Amino acid sequence: MKVLVPVKRVIDYNVKVRVKADGSGVDLANVKMSMNPFDEIAVEEAIRLKEAGKADEIVVVSIGVKQAQETLRTALAMGADRAILVVAADDVHTDIEPLAVAKILAKIVEEEQPGLVLAGKQAIDNDMNATGQMLSALLGWSQGTFASELNVEGDHALVTREVDGGLQTIKVKMPAIITVDLRLNEPRYASLPNIMKAKKKPLDEKTAADYGVDVSPRLEIVKTEEPPARAAGIVVGSVDELVAKLKEAGAV
Amino acid sequence: MAVLLLAEVTGGELSVDATAKAVSAAKALGDVTVLAAGASAAAAGEAAAKIDGVSKVLVAEDASLGHRLAEATAALIVSLADGYEHIVAPATTDAKNVMPRVAALLDVMVLSDVSGVVDGSTFERPIYAGNAVQTVKSKDAKKVITFRTSTFDAAGEGGAAPVETISVGANPGLSEWVEDKVAASDRPELTSAGIVVSGGRGVGSEADFKLIEALADKLGAAVGASRAAVDSGYAPNDWQVGQTGKVVAPQLYVAVGISGAIQHLAGMKDSKIIVAINKDEEAPIFQVADFGLVADLFQAVPELTEKLG
Repeated sequence: MKVLVPVKRVIDYNVKVRVKADGSGVDLANVKMSMNPFDEIAVEEAIRLKEAGKADEIVVVSIGVKQAQETLRTALAMGADRAILVVAADDVHTDIEPLAVAKILAKIVEEEQPGLVLAGKQAIDNDMNATGQMLSALLGWSQGTFASELNVEGDHALVTREVDGGLQTIKVKMPAIITVDLRLNEPRYASLPNIMKAKKKPLDEKTAADYGVDVSPRLEIVKTEEPPARAAGIVVGSVDELVAKLKEAGAV
Repeated sequence: MAVLLLAEVTGGELSVDATAKAVSAAKALGDVTVLAAGASAAAAGEAAAKIDGVSKVLVAEDASLGHRLAEATAALIVSLADGYEHIVAPATTDAKNVMPRVAALLDVMVLSDVSGVVDGSTFERPIYAGNAVQTVKSKDAKKVITFRTSTFDAAGEGGAAPVETISVGANPGLSEWVEDKVAASDRPELTSAGIVVSGGRGVGSEADFKLIEALADKLGAAVGASRAAVDSGYAPNDWQVGQTGKVVAPQLYVAVGISGAIQHLAGMKDSKIIVAINKDEEAPIFQVADFGLVADLFQAVPELTEKLG
Protein backbone atom coordinates (compact mmCIF):
# COMPACT_ATOMS: atom_id res chain seq x y z
CA MET A 1 0.00 0.00 0.00
CA LYS A 2 1.17 3.47 -0.87
CA VAL A 3 0.56 6.21 1.71
CA LEU A 4 0.28 9.86 0.71
CA VAL A 5 1.03 12.50 3.35
CA PRO A 6 0.42 16.19 2.66
CA VAL A 7 2.66 18.47 4.74
CA LYS A 8 2.51 22.22 5.23
CA ARG A 9 5.25 24.74 5.91
CA VAL A 10 4.06 26.97 8.74
CA ILE A 11 5.49 29.37 11.29
CA ASP A 12 7.43 27.39 13.89
CA TYR A 13 5.37 26.28 16.87
CA ASN A 14 7.57 28.22 19.30
CA VAL A 15 7.74 31.51 17.48
CA LYS A 16 5.71 34.40 18.86
CA VAL A 17 3.28 35.52 16.18
CA ARG A 18 3.49 39.20 15.25
CA VAL A 19 0.63 40.91 13.46
CA LYS A 20 1.80 43.46 10.89
CA ALA A 21 1.02 47.04 11.85
CA ASP A 22 -0.79 47.74 8.57
CA GLY A 23 -3.32 44.98 9.27
CA SER A 24 -2.35 43.04 6.15
CA GLY A 25 -1.45 39.84 7.96
CA VAL A 26 1.05 38.08 10.18
CA ASP A 27 4.72 38.85 9.61
CA LEU A 28 6.40 35.79 8.12
CA ALA A 29 9.50 37.44 6.68
CA ASN A 30 12.70 36.15 8.34
CA VAL A 31 10.70 34.03 10.76
CA LYS A 32 11.62 30.42 11.57
CA MET A 33 9.34 28.08 9.63
CA SER A 34 8.80 24.37 10.29
CA MET A 35 6.56 21.48 9.38
CA ASN A 36 3.04 21.83 10.79
CA PRO A 37 3.17 19.76 14.03
CA PHE A 38 0.05 17.75 13.16
CA ASP A 39 1.62 16.87 9.79
CA GLU A 40 4.73 15.58 11.58
CA ILE A 41 2.45 13.16 13.42
CA ALA A 42 0.96 12.07 10.08
CA VAL A 43 4.44 11.45 8.61
CA GLU A 44 5.41 9.49 11.71
CA GLU A 45 2.29 7.34 11.48
CA ALA A 46 3.01 6.58 7.82
CA ILE A 47 6.56 5.53 8.72
CA ARG A 48 5.23 3.27 11.48
CA LEU A 49 2.84 1.65 8.99
CA LYS A 50 5.78 1.01 6.69
CA GLU A 51 7.87 -0.39 9.55
CA ALA A 52 4.95 -2.69 10.43
CA GLY A 53 4.88 -3.98 6.86
CA LYS A 54 1.48 -2.42 6.14
CA ALA A 55 2.76 0.26 3.78
CA ASP A 56 5.46 -0.03 1.15
CA GLU A 57 5.91 3.53 -0.05
CA ILE A 58 5.42 6.95 1.54
CA VAL A 59 4.95 9.94 -0.74
CA VAL A 60 4.92 13.39 0.85
CA VAL A 61 3.39 16.42 -0.86
CA SER A 62 3.60 20.10 -0.07
CA ILE A 63 1.66 22.86 -1.77
CA GLY A 64 2.75 26.46 -1.38
CA VAL A 65 5.92 28.43 -1.89
CA LYS A 66 9.16 26.98 -3.29
CA GLN A 67 10.72 27.05 0.19
CA ALA A 68 8.31 24.27 1.18
CA GLN A 69 10.90 21.90 -0.23
CA GLU A 70 12.74 22.28 3.10
CA THR A 71 9.64 20.88 4.80
CA LEU A 72 9.58 18.00 2.32
CA ARG A 73 13.28 17.28 2.98
CA THR A 74 12.46 17.07 6.69
CA ALA A 75 9.75 14.50 5.93
CA LEU A 76 12.18 12.58 3.72
CA ALA A 77 14.77 12.65 6.50
CA MET A 78 12.20 11.24 8.92
CA GLY A 79 11.65 8.32 6.54
CA ALA A 80 9.36 9.23 3.63
CA ASP A 81 10.47 7.80 0.28
CA ARG A 82 9.83 10.59 -2.19
CA ALA A 83 8.34 14.04 -2.39
CA ILE A 84 6.20 16.19 -4.65
CA LEU A 85 6.44 19.96 -4.36
CA VAL A 86 3.58 21.91 -5.92
CA VAL A 87 4.57 25.54 -6.26
CA ALA A 88 1.37 27.56 -6.04
CA ALA A 89 2.54 30.88 -4.57
CA ASP A 90 5.54 33.22 -4.82
CA ASP A 91 5.07 35.18 -1.63
CA VAL A 92 5.52 33.43 1.72
CA HIS A 93 2.51 35.40 2.99
CA THR A 94 0.15 33.77 0.47
CA ASP A 95 -1.82 30.98 2.08
CA ILE A 96 -3.39 28.52 -0.35
CA GLU A 97 -6.91 27.76 0.89
CA PRO A 98 -7.87 24.22 1.95
CA LEU A 99 -10.34 23.89 -0.96
CA ALA A 100 -7.62 24.56 -3.56
CA VAL A 101 -5.17 22.34 -1.68
CA ALA A 102 -7.75 19.54 -1.59
CA LYS A 103 -8.34 19.91 -5.35
CA ILE A 104 -4.63 19.60 -6.12
CA LEU A 105 -4.30 16.67 -3.72
CA ALA A 106 -7.27 14.97 -5.41
CA LYS A 107 -5.41 15.16 -8.75
CA ILE A 108 -2.27 13.76 -7.14
CA VAL A 109 -4.29 10.94 -5.61
CA GLU A 110 -5.64 10.11 -9.08
CA GLU A 111 -2.07 9.88 -10.39
CA GLU A 112 -0.47 8.14 -7.45
CA GLN A 113 -3.34 5.85 -6.41
CA PRO A 114 -2.44 5.64 -2.70
CA GLY A 115 -4.42 3.30 -0.45
CA LEU A 116 -4.38 5.83 2.37
CA VAL A 117 -3.95 9.56 2.84
CA LEU A 118 -2.70 10.62 6.27
CA ALA A 119 -2.99 14.34 7.02
CA GLY A 120 -2.70 16.62 10.04
CA LYS A 121 -6.08 17.61 11.45
CA GLN A 122 -5.33 21.30 11.04
CA ALA A 123 -2.52 23.69 10.25
CA ILE A 124 -1.44 25.90 13.12
CA ASP A 125 -1.44 29.01 10.92
CA ASN A 126 -4.94 29.33 9.44
CA ASP A 127 -6.49 26.85 11.95
CA MET A 128 -9.06 25.83 9.32
CA ASN A 129 -9.27 22.12 10.11
CA ALA A 130 -10.66 21.39 6.65
CA THR A 131 -8.26 19.96 4.08
CA GLY A 132 -8.67 16.27 4.95
CA GLN A 133 -12.47 16.44 5.05
CA MET A 134 -12.53 18.37 1.76
CA LEU A 135 -10.22 15.91 0.00
CA SER A 136 -12.33 13.06 1.25
CA ALA A 137 -15.45 14.76 -0.15
CA LEU A 138 -13.87 15.40 -3.55
CA LEU A 139 -12.71 11.78 -3.85
CA GLY A 140 -15.89 10.30 -2.40
CA TRP A 141 -13.71 8.41 0.09
CA SER A 142 -14.41 7.60 3.71
CA GLN A 143 -12.95 9.90 6.35
CA GLY A 144 -11.69 9.38 9.86
CA THR A 145 -10.83 12.72 11.44
CA PHE A 146 -8.96 13.60 14.67
CA ALA A 147 -7.43 10.12 15.02
CA SER A 148 -5.73 9.14 18.26
CA GLU A 149 -5.40 5.48 17.24
CA LEU A 150 -5.26 3.84 13.82
CA ASN A 151 -5.35 0.18 12.88
CA VAL A 152 -5.25 -0.62 9.18
CA GLU A 153 -6.65 -4.10 8.58
CA GLY A 154 -6.82 -4.97 4.90
CA ASP A 155 -9.88 -3.43 3.23
CA HIS A 156 -10.81 -1.34 6.25
CA ALA A 157 -9.30 0.59 9.13
CA LEU A 158 -10.36 1.11 12.71
CA VAL A 159 -9.98 4.72 13.73
CA THR A 160 -10.34 5.99 17.28
CA ARG A 161 -11.29 9.66 17.16
CA GLU A 162 -10.96 12.49 19.68
CA VAL A 163 -14.48 13.89 20.02
CA ASP A 164 -16.23 16.20 22.47
CA GLY A 165 -16.83 14.17 25.60
CA GLY A 166 -14.43 11.32 24.89
CA LEU A 167 -13.44 8.91 22.15
CA GLN A 168 -15.32 7.42 19.24
CA THR A 169 -14.18 4.39 17.26
CA ILE A 170 -15.33 4.01 13.68
CA LYS A 171 -14.58 1.52 10.94
CA VAL A 172 -13.75 3.15 7.62
CA LYS A 173 -13.61 1.51 4.24
CA MET A 174 -10.23 1.75 2.43
CA PRO A 175 -9.06 3.78 0.63
CA ALA A 176 -9.56 6.43 3.28
CA ILE A 177 -8.46 9.86 4.43
CA ILE A 178 -7.35 9.93 8.05
CA THR A 179 -6.58 13.20 9.82
CA VAL A 180 -4.43 12.87 12.90
CA ASP A 181 -4.66 14.38 16.36
CA LEU A 182 -1.97 15.00 18.96
CA ARG A 183 -2.04 11.76 20.89
CA LEU A 184 -1.62 9.40 17.92
CA ASN A 185 2.15 9.18 18.30
CA GLU A 186 5.28 11.12 19.12
CA PRO A 187 7.17 12.00 15.93
CA ARG A 188 10.81 10.98 15.69
CA TYR A 189 13.69 13.33 15.08
CA ALA A 190 15.60 12.86 11.87
CA SER A 191 19.14 11.62 12.47
CA LEU A 192 22.07 13.35 10.80
CA PRO A 193 22.82 10.41 8.43
CA ASN A 194 19.15 10.36 7.43
CA ILE A 195 19.19 14.12 6.82
CA MET A 196 22.16 13.55 4.48
CA LYS A 197 20.41 10.66 2.76
CA ALA A 198 17.22 12.69 2.35
CA LYS A 199 19.06 15.12 0.09
CA LYS A 200 19.36 12.35 -2.49
CA LYS A 201 15.77 11.17 -2.32
CA PRO A 202 13.60 12.13 -5.32
CA LEU A 203 11.70 15.42 -5.16
CA ASP A 204 9.47 16.30 -8.12
CA GLU A 205 8.63 19.92 -8.67
CA LYS A 206 5.25 20.85 -10.16
CA THR A 207 2.98 23.86 -10.29
CA ALA A 208 -0.72 24.27 -9.53
CA ALA A 209 -1.24 24.87 -13.27
CA ASP A 210 0.17 21.39 -14.00
CA TYR A 211 -2.91 20.03 -12.24
CA GLY A 212 -5.29 22.55 -13.82
CA VAL A 213 -6.40 23.87 -10.44
CA ASP A 214 -7.33 27.51 -9.89
CA VAL A 215 -5.84 28.50 -6.54
CA SER A 216 -7.28 32.00 -6.37
CA PRO A 217 -8.82 32.55 -2.94
CA ARG A 218 -12.54 32.37 -2.20
CA LEU A 219 -12.07 34.28 1.02
CA GLU A 220 -10.79 37.81 0.62
CA ILE A 221 -8.74 38.88 3.62
CA VAL A 222 -10.12 42.24 4.71
CA LYS A 223 -7.79 42.73 7.67
CA THR A 224 -5.76 40.94 10.30
CA GLU A 225 -5.60 42.35 13.80
CA GLU A 226 -4.21 41.62 17.22
CA PRO A 227 -6.86 40.11 19.48
CA PRO A 228 -8.19 42.52 22.12
CA ALA A 229 -5.93 42.49 25.17
CA ARG A 230 -7.30 41.80 28.63
CA ALA A 231 -7.00 44.53 31.22
CA ALA A 232 -4.37 43.82 33.85
CA GLY A 233 -5.67 42.23 37.03
CA ILE A 234 -4.44 42.25 40.58
CA VAL A 235 -2.29 39.92 42.62
CA VAL A 236 -3.88 38.89 45.92
CA GLY A 237 -1.85 38.01 48.98
CA SER A 238 -3.77 35.09 50.42
CA VAL A 239 -6.53 32.56 49.86
CA ASP A 240 -8.77 34.61 52.17
CA GLU A 241 -8.27 37.69 50.04
CA LEU A 242 -8.98 35.66 46.89
CA VAL A 243 -12.23 34.33 48.37
CA ALA A 244 -13.24 37.86 49.38
CA LYS A 245 -12.50 39.24 45.89
CA LEU A 246 -14.44 36.44 44.22
CA LYS A 247 -17.43 37.04 46.46
CA GLU A 248 -17.20 40.79 45.82
CA ALA A 249 -17.20 40.13 42.05
CA GLY A 250 -20.19 37.82 42.42
CA ALA A 251 -18.20 34.96 40.89
CA VAL A 252 -18.90 32.42 43.61
CA MET B 1 -32.12 34.95 2.81
CA ALA B 2 -32.26 31.70 4.71
CA VAL B 3 -29.95 29.85 7.04
CA LEU B 4 -29.76 26.08 7.54
CA LEU B 5 -28.33 25.28 10.97
CA LEU B 6 -27.11 21.80 11.86
CA ALA B 7 -28.18 21.19 15.45
CA GLU B 8 -25.81 19.44 17.83
CA VAL B 9 -27.52 16.13 18.54
CA THR B 10 -25.82 13.47 20.63
CA GLY B 11 -27.49 10.15 21.30
CA GLY B 12 -30.87 11.54 20.26
CA GLU B 13 -30.63 14.51 22.60
CA LEU B 14 -30.19 18.13 21.64
CA SER B 15 -27.17 19.90 23.03
CA VAL B 16 -29.19 23.01 23.78
CA ASP B 17 -26.32 25.26 24.77
CA ALA B 18 -24.18 24.73 21.65
CA THR B 19 -27.20 24.86 19.34
CA ALA B 20 -28.69 27.97 20.98
CA LYS B 21 -25.36 29.80 20.73
CA ALA B 22 -25.15 29.00 17.03
CA VAL B 23 -28.75 30.19 16.62
CA SER B 24 -27.85 33.47 18.25
CA ALA B 25 -24.93 33.91 15.81
CA ALA B 26 -27.04 32.86 12.81
CA LYS B 27 -30.09 35.04 13.49
CA ALA B 28 -28.37 38.07 12.01
CA LEU B 29 -28.00 36.23 8.68
CA GLY B 30 -31.63 35.40 7.95
CA ASP B 31 -34.47 33.03 8.85
CA VAL B 32 -33.02 30.07 10.71
CA THR B 33 -34.11 26.54 9.84
CA VAL B 34 -32.64 24.00 12.24
CA LEU B 35 -31.81 20.50 11.03
CA ALA B 36 -31.94 17.83 13.75
CA ALA B 37 -30.38 14.66 12.35
CA GLY B 38 -29.78 11.34 14.06
CA ALA B 39 -30.92 7.75 14.46
CA SER B 40 -33.51 9.32 16.69
CA ALA B 41 -33.86 13.07 16.43
CA ALA B 42 -37.55 13.86 16.97
CA ALA B 43 -37.09 14.85 20.62
CA ALA B 44 -34.07 16.95 19.69
CA GLY B 45 -36.14 18.63 16.97
CA GLU B 46 -38.92 19.43 19.46
CA ALA B 47 -36.34 20.93 21.82
CA ALA B 48 -34.78 23.00 19.01
CA ALA B 49 -38.22 24.36 18.05
CA LYS B 50 -38.36 26.08 21.44
CA ILE B 51 -35.18 28.07 20.90
CA ASP B 52 -35.97 31.72 20.35
CA GLY B 53 -35.22 32.80 16.79
CA VAL B 54 -35.75 29.43 15.11
CA SER B 55 -38.33 29.70 12.35
CA LYS B 56 -38.54 26.06 11.31
CA VAL B 57 -37.17 22.67 12.32
CA LEU B 58 -36.40 19.74 10.01
CA VAL B 59 -36.09 16.32 11.59
CA ALA B 60 -34.14 13.64 9.72
CA GLU B 61 -34.09 10.20 11.31
CA ASP B 62 -32.12 7.32 9.89
CA ALA B 63 -29.76 4.72 11.31
CA SER B 64 -26.99 6.05 9.03
CA LEU B 65 -27.15 9.39 10.86
CA GLY B 66 -26.93 7.74 14.27
CA HIS B 67 -23.42 8.68 15.25
CA ARG B 68 -23.02 11.74 13.10
CA LEU B 69 -20.79 9.94 10.62
CA ALA B 70 -19.52 12.63 8.28
CA GLU B 71 -20.31 10.97 4.96
CA ALA B 72 -24.03 10.39 5.58
CA THR B 73 -24.58 13.67 7.44
CA ALA B 74 -22.80 15.74 4.78
CA ALA B 75 -24.78 14.03 1.99
CA LEU B 76 -28.03 14.90 3.78
CA ILE B 77 -27.07 18.55 4.22
CA VAL B 78 -26.00 18.90 0.60
CA SER B 79 -29.36 17.44 -0.51
CA LEU B 80 -31.06 20.26 1.43
CA ALA B 81 -28.68 23.05 0.39
CA ASP B 82 -30.84 24.63 -2.34
CA GLY B 83 -32.58 27.69 -1.00
CA TYR B 84 -30.11 28.40 1.77
CA GLU B 85 -27.39 31.00 1.48
CA HIS B 86 -25.78 30.07 4.78
CA ILE B 87 -25.22 26.56 6.10
CA VAL B 88 -23.99 26.77 9.67
CA ALA B 89 -23.30 24.78 12.83
CA PRO B 90 -21.74 25.25 16.26
CA ALA B 91 -17.99 24.49 16.06
CA THR B 92 -18.13 21.14 17.85
CA THR B 93 -15.95 18.18 16.87
CA ASP B 94 -18.98 16.70 15.11
CA ALA B 95 -19.56 19.80 13.02
CA LYS B 96 -15.86 20.22 12.28
CA ASN B 97 -15.96 16.69 10.93
CA VAL B 98 -19.00 17.31 8.74
CA MET B 99 -19.01 20.94 7.56
CA PRO B 100 -15.76 21.06 5.52
CA ARG B 101 -17.03 17.98 3.70
CA VAL B 102 -20.28 19.82 2.96
CA ALA B 103 -18.35 22.86 1.72
CA ALA B 104 -16.19 20.84 -0.67
CA LEU B 105 -19.24 19.04 -2.07
CA LEU B 106 -20.75 22.48 -2.77
CA ASP B 107 -17.42 23.76 -4.17
CA VAL B 108 -17.16 26.54 -1.60
CA MET B 109 -14.64 27.37 1.12
CA VAL B 110 -15.56 26.65 4.72
CA LEU B 111 -15.36 29.38 7.36
CA SER B 112 -14.21 27.55 10.48
CA ASP B 113 -14.55 28.76 14.07
CA VAL B 114 -16.15 32.08 13.20
CA SER B 115 -16.12 34.40 16.24
CA GLY B 116 -17.92 37.41 14.78
CA VAL B 117 -20.45 38.26 12.08
CA VAL B 118 -19.82 41.56 10.27
CA ASP B 119 -22.39 41.09 7.50
CA GLY B 120 -23.84 38.27 5.40
CA SER B 121 -20.54 37.54 3.70
CA THR B 122 -17.96 39.04 6.08
CA PHE B 123 -16.83 37.24 9.19
CA GLU B 124 -14.16 37.36 11.87
CA ARG B 125 -12.22 34.27 12.87
CA PRO B 126 -9.21 33.64 15.09
CA ILE B 127 -6.04 32.35 13.41
CA TYR B 128 -2.60 31.38 14.71
CA ALA B 129 -4.05 29.88 17.88
CA GLY B 130 -5.93 33.06 18.61
CA ASN B 131 -2.86 35.28 18.30
CA ALA B 132 -4.53 37.15 15.47
CA VAL B 133 -8.08 37.79 14.37
CA GLN B 134 -8.77 37.83 10.67
CA THR B 135 -11.73 39.45 8.94
CA VAL B 136 -12.58 37.64 5.71
CA LYS B 137 -15.17 38.28 3.02
CA SER B 138 -16.47 35.22 1.24
CA LYS B 139 -16.91 35.40 -2.53
CA ASP B 140 -18.83 32.12 -2.60
CA ALA B 141 -22.57 32.03 -3.29
CA LYS B 142 -23.11 29.79 -0.29
CA LYS B 143 -21.33 30.25 2.99
CA VAL B 144 -20.57 27.18 5.09
CA ILE B 145 -19.72 28.25 8.63
CA THR B 146 -18.93 26.82 12.03
CA PHE B 147 -19.44 29.25 14.91
CA ARG B 148 -17.09 29.33 17.89
CA THR B 149 -19.74 28.94 20.57
CA SER B 150 -17.76 30.59 23.36
CA THR B 151 -18.08 34.01 21.75
CA PHE B 152 -21.87 34.02 21.35
CA ASP B 153 -24.54 34.13 24.05
CA ALA B 154 -27.11 31.36 23.86
CA ALA B 155 -30.46 32.34 22.35
CA GLY B 156 -33.23 32.05 24.93
CA GLU B 157 -36.29 29.86 24.99
CA GLY B 158 -39.81 30.79 24.02
CA GLY B 159 -39.96 29.85 20.37
CA ALA B 160 -42.59 27.57 18.88
CA ALA B 161 -41.29 26.76 15.42
CA PRO B 162 -43.10 24.22 13.22
CA VAL B 163 -41.40 20.83 12.98
CA GLU B 164 -41.29 18.89 9.73
CA THR B 165 -39.98 15.37 9.21
CA ILE B 166 -37.91 14.88 6.07
CA SER B 167 -36.75 11.80 4.22
CA VAL B 168 -33.13 10.69 4.16
CA GLY B 169 -31.29 9.49 1.05
CA ALA B 170 -29.30 6.30 0.67
CA ASN B 171 -26.42 5.72 3.09
CA PRO B 172 -23.12 6.21 1.24
CA GLY B 173 -21.87 3.27 3.35
CA LEU B 174 -18.30 4.48 3.63
CA SER B 175 -17.90 4.17 7.35
CA GLU B 176 -19.67 2.63 10.29
CA TRP B 177 -19.76 3.30 13.99
CA VAL B 178 -18.05 0.82 16.31
CA GLU B 179 -18.14 2.30 19.81
CA ASP B 180 -18.09 5.43 21.92
CA LYS B 181 -16.02 5.79 25.05
CA VAL B 182 -17.58 8.68 26.84
CA ALA B 183 -16.45 9.37 30.35
CA ALA B 184 -19.47 9.25 32.66
CA SER B 185 -19.53 12.32 34.86
CA ASP B 186 -21.97 14.25 37.01
CA ARG B 187 -20.04 17.44 36.35
CA PRO B 188 -21.27 20.04 33.88
CA GLU B 189 -20.07 19.84 30.30
CA LEU B 190 -16.80 21.72 29.82
CA THR B 191 -17.80 24.06 26.98
CA SER B 192 -21.10 25.15 28.57
CA ALA B 193 -20.14 25.21 32.27
CA GLY B 194 -20.49 28.47 34.19
CA ILE B 195 -17.30 27.72 36.14
CA VAL B 196 -14.25 25.78 34.98
CA VAL B 197 -11.35 24.70 37.21
CA SER B 198 -8.28 23.61 35.21
CA GLY B 199 -5.01 22.04 36.23
CA GLY B 200 -1.67 22.17 34.50
CA ARG B 201 1.70 20.48 34.61
CA GLY B 202 2.27 22.02 38.03
CA VAL B 203 -0.29 19.63 39.50
CA GLY B 204 2.37 16.98 39.04
CA SER B 205 0.44 13.71 38.81
CA GLU B 206 -2.85 12.06 37.97
CA ALA B 207 -3.41 11.37 41.67
CA ASP B 208 -2.93 15.02 42.60
CA PHE B 209 -5.49 16.04 39.98
CA LYS B 210 -7.99 15.02 42.69
CA LEU B 211 -7.24 18.42 44.27
CA ILE B 212 -8.46 20.13 41.12
CA GLU B 213 -11.52 17.88 40.98
CA ALA B 214 -12.38 18.54 44.64
CA LEU B 215 -12.27 22.31 44.07
CA ALA B 216 -14.37 21.91 40.91
CA ASP B 217 -16.96 19.82 42.73
CA LYS B 218 -17.17 22.38 45.53
CA LEU B 219 -17.93 25.06 42.93
CA GLY B 220 -20.19 22.89 40.77
CA ALA B 221 -17.63 23.41 38.02
CA ALA B 222 -16.35 21.46 35.05
CA VAL B 223 -12.75 20.23 35.15
CA GLY B 224 -10.26 21.29 32.52
CA ALA B 225 -6.58 20.70 31.88
CA SER B 226 -3.75 22.27 29.96
CA ARG B 227 -2.20 20.41 27.06
CA ALA B 228 0.94 19.91 29.17
CA ALA B 229 -1.13 18.12 31.83
CA VAL B 230 -2.81 15.97 29.18
CA ASP B 231 0.50 15.16 27.49
CA SER B 232 1.93 14.17 30.88
CA GLY B 233 -0.97 11.77 31.40
CA TYR B 234 -2.45 13.62 34.40
CA ALA B 235 -5.81 14.20 32.73
CA PRO B 236 -7.82 12.79 29.80
CA ASN B 237 -7.69 14.59 26.47
CA ASP B 238 -11.36 15.56 26.47
CA TRP B 239 -10.55 17.85 29.42
CA GLN B 240 -8.02 19.75 27.33
CA VAL B 241 -8.61 23.50 27.13
CA GLY B 242 -6.69 25.33 24.43
CA GLN B 243 -6.31 25.79 20.74
CA THR B 244 -5.82 22.05 20.23
CA GLY B 245 -8.55 21.20 22.73
CA LYS B 246 -11.72 22.97 23.74
CA VAL B 247 -12.40 26.69 23.72
CA VAL B 248 -14.31 27.83 26.80
CA ALA B 249 -15.61 31.16 28.09
CA PRO B 250 -17.20 30.56 31.49
CA GLN B 251 -18.15 33.21 34.06
CA LEU B 252 -15.22 32.03 36.18
CA TYR B 253 -12.08 30.20 35.06
CA VAL B 254 -9.63 29.00 37.70
CA ALA B 255 -6.21 28.05 36.33
CA VAL B 256 -4.14 26.03 38.77
CA GLY B 257 -0.48 25.20 38.13
CA ILE B 258 -0.86 26.38 34.55
CA SER B 259 1.96 28.52 33.20
CA GLY B 260 -0.20 30.05 30.47
CA ALA B 261 1.27 28.90 27.16
CA ILE B 262 -0.16 30.77 24.17
CA GLN B 263 -2.04 27.71 23.05
CA HIS B 264 -3.79 27.39 26.44
CA LEU B 265 -4.65 31.10 26.60
CA ALA B 266 -6.30 30.75 23.19
CA GLY B 267 -8.78 28.36 24.76
CA MET B 268 -9.83 30.40 27.81
CA LYS B 269 -8.96 34.07 27.54
CA ASP B 270 -12.56 35.05 26.74
CA SER B 271 -13.63 33.89 30.21
CA LYS B 272 -15.37 36.63 32.23
CA ILE B 273 -13.20 36.30 35.37
CA ILE B 274 -9.87 34.48 35.37
CA VAL B 275 -8.14 33.33 38.55
CA ALA B 276 -4.58 32.02 38.41
CA ILE B 277 -2.83 30.08 41.16
CA ASN B 278 0.82 29.41 40.44
CA LYS B 279 3.99 29.42 42.48
CA ASP B 280 5.96 31.08 39.67
CA GLU B 281 5.16 34.77 39.78
CA GLU B 282 6.65 35.20 36.30
CA ALA B 283 4.15 32.76 34.75
CA PRO B 284 2.42 34.34 31.72
CA ILE B 285 -0.98 33.22 33.06
CA PHE B 286 -0.82 36.16 35.49
CA GLN B 287 -0.90 38.58 32.54
CA VAL B 288 -4.46 37.54 31.70
CA ALA B 289 -5.67 36.83 35.24
CA ASP B 290 -8.09 39.17 37.01
CA PHE B 291 -7.00 37.71 40.35
CA GLY B 292 -3.60 36.10 40.72
CA LEU B 293 -2.36 34.19 43.74
CA VAL B 294 1.34 33.37 43.89
CA ALA B 295 1.31 30.27 46.07
CA ASP B 296 2.03 26.57 46.31
CA LEU B 297 -1.07 24.97 44.85
CA PHE B 298 -0.83 21.99 47.20
CA GLN B 299 -1.57 24.33 50.08
CA ALA B 300 -3.68 26.98 48.37
CA VAL B 301 -6.13 24.70 46.55
CA PRO B 302 -7.26 22.64 49.57
CA GLU B 303 -7.53 25.87 51.56
CA LEU B 304 -9.59 27.48 48.82
CA THR B 305 -11.81 24.41 48.55
CA GLU B 306 -12.41 24.55 52.29
CA LYS B 307 -13.10 28.28 52.46
CA LEU B 308 -15.47 28.49 49.54
CA GLY B 309 -19.15 27.89 49.97
